Amino acid sequence: MEMSIKTTSGASGVDLSDMEACAEMRFVMEDSNYYKEETPILEVKNLSKQYKGFLLDKVSFTLPRGYIMGYVGPNGAGKSTTLGLITQTRHAMEGEVLLDGRSYADDPILYKEKIGYVSSVSYFPPMMKVKDAAAILKQFYPTFSKEKFYRFVREWNLPENKKLSTFSTGMMVKLMFAAVLARETRLLILDEATNGLDVLFREEILNLLQRYIEDGEHSVLFATHIIDDLEQIADYIVMVEDGRVLMQDTKEALTENYILVKGDESLLAREEIAKYLLGVRRSAYGFSALIQSDDAAALPAGTVMEKPGISQIMSYLMKGHDKMEMV
Amino acid sequence: MKIILSNQSEKPIYLQIKEQLEEQILSGEIPENTVLPSIRKMASDLLVSVITTTRAYKELETDGFITTVPGKGCIVLPPDNKILREQYLRRMEEGFMQATGAAKKMQMPLEEAKEIFETVWNM
Repeated sequence: MEMSIKTTSGASGVDLSDMEACAEMRFVMEDSNYYKEETPILEVKNLSKQYKGFLLDKVSFTLPRGYIMGYVGPNGAGKSTTLGLITQTRHAMEGEVLLDGRSYADDPILYKEKIGYVSSVSYFPPMMKVKDAAAILKQFYPTFSKEKFYRFVREWNLPENKKLSTFSTGMMVKLMFAAVLARETRLLILDEATNGLDVLFREEILNLLQRYIEDGEHSVLFATHIIDDLEQIADYIVMVEDGRVLMQDTKEALTENYILVKGDESLLAREEIAKYLLGVRRSAYGFSALIQSDDAAALPAGTVMEKPGISQIMSYLMKGHDKMEMV
Repeated sequence: MKIILSNQSEKPIYLQIKEQLEEQILSGEIPENTVLPSIRKMASDLLVSVITTTRAYKELETDGFITTVPGKGCIVLPPDNKILREQYLRRMEEGFMQATGAAKKMQMPLEEAKEIFETVWNM
């Protein structure tokens, strides 16, 4: 592999002759080619699925191992459909999903074992208690560890002697997290999993996810329409709208490529400026819009500019931005 | 080692991390040969993305503040490094630019400015 790191000369105390960067540094140095080095944990290629009145249209993205990807879009964009196709609970019309370089057909059991799926809806029968859930999980998943499972159950104070039907939303989500974290998974797939949780537990989950990926071997695909949760920790963002990928990039690049501009109507009237403005919103007092950082030079001095967040970028770029939950 | 991040700042997070580490390396608060936490550990501790800390470390390495030693991790280089000298020079220049700007605003002659510099130097 080619290295393009500038070595520093004249340093004492360290032998630079066999200097080699951290694995992570090599990644970034290689820029967009950096996942060539090892098999990505997840490759989604041209995934399509037709329902009445809805088409998931050739969705493609790649999640390198060791990173967190946010799969974001408004309700009905096709997020859950995509996740269903990845977890093989739905069947694709066309396209391919490779998990760790292998398809579901190659080895269905291994494929399912590597994925930990958590949504905001419980998949446990409501009459069960925690111990019944543990028994079932043990049967389904060879790597399920009761010891790890109960460690989370106790840490989160989940009632062990009550039926799951009496659990609150938050308790159910905790139980589902305990169920997947007790297994030897490689990829966590979260479908709006933190919706309806209190702030403290949401933060705890973010921390947990980061510890999960810390060794560089585990990855997270996090689908949500509430981007706030994800903004801090996501490495990659894939935006979907109406069954299509609108945009995908690293979060760093996304937030640096766009600037939020605010001004009065006179700017809009100037063609040489207006042509660069994206998703213009007018109000009685002026307008706001996104502009690509490279085009910002066209703006007159003194124009108000702000660093946009992911949810802002999304809402300006999407057609149906009213559907987005603005937080 | 301390890093305080602000989401309100106009500065990107990676730059905030980079500049604070740089500051502490230059001041000697983080002495040479210190092994910095791994990129992934720091991301997890700071609750930021791995790509963010990767970028901060990468730029620190490009600027000659740290280097990566196989099996050991990212290590702080001694501040007598040539590139560090350039960093210092840039800082001096920035300081002088500011001082010169102020001096010119009040139409201070160069001689008087030199005197002030000498006084400060000998403090």
